[in-house]
Amino acid sequence: MSGTQAPALLAEGITSGYTEVPIIRNVSVSVAHGEIVTIIGPNGAGKSTLLKTIFGFLRARTGRVVVDGAEVTGMPPERLVRRGLAFVPQTDNVFGSLSVRENLTMGGFTLGAEMEQRIERVLGLFPLLAPRLRERADRLSGGQRQTLALARALMLDPTVLLLDEPSASLSPVMVESVFSHVAAINGQGTAVLMIEQNARHALAISHRGYVLANGENRLEGPAAELLQSDDVRRLYLGE
Amino acid sequence: MINRSRWLPIAIVGFVTLLLVGLPLERTGNVRAVVDFLVPALATMAIFAVVCIGLNVQWGYTGIFNFGVVGFFLVGAYTAAIVTMPPADGEFSTYVGGFGQTLANVPLPGAAHWVPHLVGALAAAGISAVLALLLAWPMVRLREDYLAIALIGTAEVLRRIATEEQWLVNGSRGLAGIPRPLAGLADGDTYKYLFLALALATLALIYLLIDLGIRSPWGRVLRAIREDEGAAAAAGKNVNGFKLQGFVLGAAIMGAGGAFYAFQQGAISPETFTHFFGTFIIWAMLIAGGSGNMAGAIVGTYVIWGLWSVTLQLQGYDLPRFLADRVPHLRDTIIGLTIVVVLLVNPRGLVPERARVSRWLDRRVSSMRRAEKATTSPAAD
Amino acid sequence: MASVADRNLVDRRDGAGSGLAAGTARRLGEAAPWVVLGVLGVWSAVALTEQFVVGIIVGSLYALAAVGLTLIYGIARVSHFAHGDVMMLSAYIGFFAFTGSVAGAGASDVTLPLGLASLPGATERIWLFSFGYGLVLAILIAAVAAVPILLAIDRAVYRPLLSRGASTAIVAVSSLGVAIAVRGVMLLVWGPSGRRYSQGIRDTVELPGLPRIVADQLFILATAAILAMAAYVLLYRTRLGTAMRATADNPDLARASGIDTGSVRRWTWAVAGFLTAVAGCLLALQSQLSPELGFVLLLPIFASAILGGIGSPHGAFIGGLVVGVIGETTVGAGWIGPGYKLAVTFVVLIVVILFRPGGLFGSRS
Repeated sequence: MSGTQAPALLAEGITSGYTEVPIIRNVSVSVAHGEIVTIIGPNGAGKSTLLKTIFGFLRARTGRVVVDGAEVTGMPPERLVRRGLAFVPQTDNVFGSLSVRENLTMGGFTLGAEMEQRIERVLGLFPLLAPRLRERADRLSGGQRQTLALARALMLDPTVLLLDEPSASLSPVMVESVFSHVAAINGQGTAVLMIEQNARHALAISHRGYVLANGENRLEGPAAELLQSDDVRRLYLGE
Repeated sequence: MINRSRWLPIAIVGFVTLLLVGLPLERTGNVRAVVDFLVPALATMAIFAVVCIGLNVQWGYTGIFNFGVVGFFLVGAYTAAIVTMPPADGEFSTYVGGFGQTLANVPLPGAAHWVPHLVGALAAAGISAVLALLLAWPMVRLREDYLAIALIGTAEVLRRIATEEQWLVNGSRGLAGIPRPLAGLADGDTYKYLFLALALATLALIYLLIDLGIRSPWGRVLRAIREDEGAAAAAGKNVNGFKLQGFVLGAAIMGAGGAFYAFQQGAISPETFTHFFGTFIIWAMLIAGGSGNMAGAIVGTYVIWGLWSVTLQLQGYDLPRFLADRVPHLRDTIIGLTIVVVLLVNPRGLVPERARVSRWLDRRVSSMRRAEKATTSPAAD
Repeated sequence: MASVADRNLVDRRDGAGSGLAAGTARRLGEAAPWVVLGVLGVWSAVALTEQFVVGIIVGSLYALAAVGLTLIYGIARVSHFAHGDVMMLSAYIGFFAFTGSVAGAGASDVTLPLGLASLPGATERIWLFSFGYGLVLAILIAAVAAVPILLAIDRAVYRPLLSRGASTAIVAVSSLGVAIAVRGVMLLVWGPSGRRYSQGIRDTVELPGLPRIVADQLFILATAAILAMAAYVLLYRTRLGTAMRATADNPDLARASGIDTGSVRRWTWAVAGFLTAVAGCLLALQSQLSPELGFVLLLPIFASAILGGIGSPHGAFIGGLVVGVIGETTVGAGWIGPGYKLAVTFVVLIVVILFRPGGLFGSRS
């Protein structure tokens, strides 16, 4: 928020991929405290790869990841969550065989005594989960499940929330509600880095955006400017 | 690396050969005794190599892990026995079948020497195949570990049936007096050479037939399925149908191996067909030799059976009783460790599968690397 | 893009709202196995009470081992074909801790002066049991010893293979190798002949409305029940247990939640090892010890786990009881010869695999 503070998340010069051939090359993104940043780009641009590399599921071949001024490059996910990162995968993002409450306690796995308090807080943010605490997560509807996924990720009160296509495979009504959730989360001070196919919607609630193409940085700028940019409109907004 | 993979099998085979010749020679100091030990041992190896090739067709080519090999081995041996034996006398022995005399009278030249045995071996393969079909047909589309446990169960049930059912195969007393193939063509002392030749010829025949099959379009589909089941299915291949065919073919080969085992032994009883003797050791042979190719199966059989049978000679030495008693169990333990160590150290075995499927292996290797690099292993501390 | 979303919306509606009729049918389908089992269970409990009780006792031991197997399968991702042999090895460790005996030369035993039986009063019978506190301690030692053994096997064999990207089939074959080696160790140390924990006379007790049962069997039943409850509390009421179920459900998401899945994996082996070892010792108390029994024990254990839906601990427990009762009652009713007790287990297994591969109570098939 203040200009002199270290960014909440900085990923610099990241090269990564599943095989010898890297999918992303020398990609950099940063997220300031309190910011919503969206990465858009065509399928296969490497958006998901970037997110998984930042969150330690993939090892970066080059580059570094810094959270709130501390270098965390190469840390596995289970340690990154203690450093203030949280991640919501695109699919399979709840524990289907566990109850809603158990999903939340797992989200706060590393918490001690403050568990109940956090659950209360998260339920305050997503009241529709409150009556379903004892239900199995795989009995929830698609939208409820997505809400639970967000709630689980918020249990540790992360500095930066990473979202992998939160609106994918949701009905239009649900898309609205997920983006309003994201905005609400951000309103509590959590920075958000998300990748989205639904560029218009995502950019509309974002402060800044990046365009990724062919595994490289293409464009970046304030979300409003990207929305106006001819390239973006033509390529990603279908106008 | 390339170098190592070339000399290592040669060195090991050489070492086993040295033991196979050296130990009996040292024990007896008599070449004749060495031959007397070696010739039947080689015939047994040829028979086990046949069974091992059957397992290789199942595991190496279709990826089905059959932990119940002994079931098919047993069915083959018993089928061949009751087909070739004369009718049961009903007093000391009761069993079904007993077509030996009928088959011996078939109007073909020298029928008594070969017709019953040929029919017996074919029947052994056939019944084994039918059993495999009945089992795997409903299950092949399910998970492989379910099929594996079902196969262990089948093997155990077959062992129980062979023990309990007096009327069927003479129960725990077993069957004795199984006639030997081509028995009239050689006298007692030279017969073992004849039988060895017959066993080796059978092995060669099965090798050639399977090799032909694997090189055929049918075999290519089979290997494609093993390499990438999804892609093969996408290419319109009936994946389960092909796997089933591979499994049934492998079972038929195991059955034929069982038939030759019965012919060699002349007598069989349920105690012979233990899980260890019929399943575990075959797996050790295949894994040690290298699954996915028949040369591996044969080399593995030679090495494992060679070490297995020759170490028994150690008991002849003046070991402390405490140790001598334990030699057989030590061998059992080593058989198990062999499987584990080979899978960990050199999963491709002594004779790695060759270039025919190099693409597949390359992909496997690269995916292994990917897995190593990509995620810090979830199990890492 | 909008079309994708629409299609998903439609799919979802189809999935969720395929009508009350379908929902009722599904519920009936889910209830059917319970009803059939319930009726058969009540019938056999009335008509073949004695066998039913023995079936419950033996079944409770299958159940403990099957819970271990199913946890290992779900969390450590190993189809553990060495489970029966590890169970038997634990029984032998218990035997050794109690008697201090190992096989010597020939048929004789060497008895080391380490056995708990030589402690003062260790063999004095507790209540009507055929054993004293020595055997109870020995079982405890066996259970604790199973933990490092399984951890070492996982560390040395399964984990390296899995982290190298080996297929589940390769891991299963490696577990066969482990099974053979474990069996070999039992043969090396204790020899091939069967053994018993205690030779003494077994007192029976009469409980109201039940047939006379051997007092030892009450001990077995009580121990199994206590362990089952402990396992239930661990899995469903503690954070570690929830983390175990979460890891089984979705290992990547578990890591993303901050769960150290490596440590969960070790806990799983430990819990499974403890349960399985106690089951092995109690089974030895009920019948006997023999190295050859280990591999064959895979049949009822796997049958129980698959019956209950593999990966589901409470399913495995019920599966164990069902398998135990079916095995004992079919033999007891004289429908099949005692030589085929395991064969019945096998038939149950085949029927379940064919018709309900997701398990009797499994929601997914």
